[in-house]
Amino acid sequence: MMNTYAVRVIYKYEMLRAWDTIMQSFASPVISTILYFVVFGSAIGSRIETVEGVSYGAFIVPGLMMLALLTQSVSNASFGIYFPRFTGTMYEVLSAPISFAEILLGYVGAAATKSFIIGVIILITAGLFVELKIAHPIWMLGFLVLTCISFSLLGFIIGLWANSFEQLQLIPMLVITPLVFLGGSFYTIDMLPPVWQTVSLFNPVVYLVSGFRWSFYEVSDVSIQLSLFMVLLFSAVCLATVWWMFKTGYRLKQ
Amino acid sequence: MNPIISVSNLSKVYSNGYRALNNVSLDFHSGEILALLGPNGAGKTTLISIICGIVNPSEGSVTVGGHDIIDDYRITRSLIGLVPQELTLSMFVTVWNTVCFSRGLFGKKPNPAYLEQLLKDLSLWDKKDSDILTLSGGMKRRVLIAKALSHEPSILFLDEPTAGVDVELRKDMWNLVDKLRQSGVTIILTTHYIEEAEEIADRVGVISKGELIVVDDKEALKHKLGKRQMMIELENAIDKIPDLLSSWDLELSAEGNQLTYTYDTYSTQTGIAELLRAVDGAGLQLKDVNTSQSSLEDIFINIVNTPLHTR
Repeated sequence: MMNTYAVRVIYKYEMLRAWDTIMQSFASPVISTILYFVVFGSAIGSRIETVEGVSYGAFIVPGLMMLALLTQSVSNASFGIYFPRFTGTMYEVLSAPISFAEILLGYVGAAATKSFIIGVIILITAGLFVELKIAHPIWMLGFLVLTCISFSLLGFIIGLWANSFEQLQLIPMLVITPLVFLGGSFYTIDMLPPVWQTVSLFNPVVYLVSGFRWSFYEVSDVSIQLSLFMVLLFSAVCLATVWWMFKTGYRLKQ
Repeated sequence: MNPIISVSNLSKVYSNGYRALNNVSLDFHSGEILALLGPNGAGKTTLISIICGIVNPSEGSVTVGGHDIIDDYRITRSLIGLVPQELTLSMFVTVWNTVCFSRGLFGKKPNPAYLEQLLKDLSLWDKKDSDILTLSGGMKRRVLIAKALSHEPSILFLDEPTAGVDVELRKDMWNLVDKLRQSGVTIILTTHYIEEAEEIADRVGVISKGELIVVDDKEALKHKLGKRQMMIELENAIDKIPDLLSSWDLELSAEGNQLTYTYDTYSTQTGIAELLRAVDGAGLQLKDVNTSQSSLEDIFINIVNTPLHTR
């Protein structure tokens, strides 16, 4: 039988942690998004014509949301599991009558929820600056939720793998941020030279941003089916990795 | 009587090749207080960690309440409360929230009345809304105990509970242990301090270098462990121990200038007075006499070298 109390307390504890550091958790991603709007949307965007019929300011909204979602999901989830390992409080979770699936549900569920909230706040904030149109709300919501979950899973993996705070920051800094910036957040792929267009197709974030943007403006770099397939594939790979880590007790149990 | 915990042929080899436990078998009786003695790195914490589910065993098996710790981990872990050796606590949480967290983690539905009483018993009630960060070391240890007891376990593990603890907390802790025992809780504690084991334990187990050397009733073990030595310095060196002194367990050292007598402090007759008279009778001239209690470390080394075979 599932230990629902345990899942609940882990989830609640993680959410409380976000609440205690509300400036860091919610305000800072919103502020940085507004800055992007000012710089890219207003300053640069005023010199750029519409992109495929969408004003540049509105065009970058899905990409900006993705940028925040990805970085926040990874940092929330990685910190959430790394910190108890670092302080040693993990002993309690490991000695509790709780399955690994339940541990995952508590930690990743909370991290994904926080990212989801941030995504919604950014969407509302963006609505104050530009005129938004959401052509396919269900798809939009679907991509939003899937992204939150899959990148929280990635964060969880990083949090289990990292053996220092430096390593914890390494992947978000060296991998996630470049992938997002080069993943078509601020442009469409066909704006790039042909070689870089091909290179971009190896960037999983391209599929995310493309699919997400399609759900807003029906403008995409790749087909929506391919986007969805890639997101699901990425989630599956993360889940399989976590399953392997739990199975072997990787960095948790000796 | 069925043991509440049964450890059979348990071994643990860590990934770096270090063998922390070697074929340990031990039964814990329901309702007893068992003290595990051993020097640092003996394998005490590894043994506890395996039983609690924190470390995977390499070989052997453990049952708790008749259930296997791996196949039925939900049942076995819910029976156990663990107070770890280190002060491992989340610092930015209140005392109340952390005990509620622990209770929930162990799958128990909230019971504020029970937790209130628990915090009162541990003199933590007036600190319930304080962040753990603001508490003293002793208070933090009380919080760890409260967390371990938050889900009403029937077995409590205390790993080095008195390391760095002041007299007052020590006293409170032993009162609590006594109270828990009366309510039927089985208590297993690890310690370096033999006095501590003597004071509260029913049985004592000695672990050294990953092996369980001996486990026995406290009284029986006291005789085996409580050795003292008397060093008799002589004015003039001798070549061999005089025949008159052959009935005592004596060693000649320091180039014939010192006689060492090892004896049992708990026996009714230590034989010291007779020995001194006999030394005098043998015509040896005394220069000085010293006694020393063998340190726990010595005792362990002694036991390891001469197994007592009570296993």
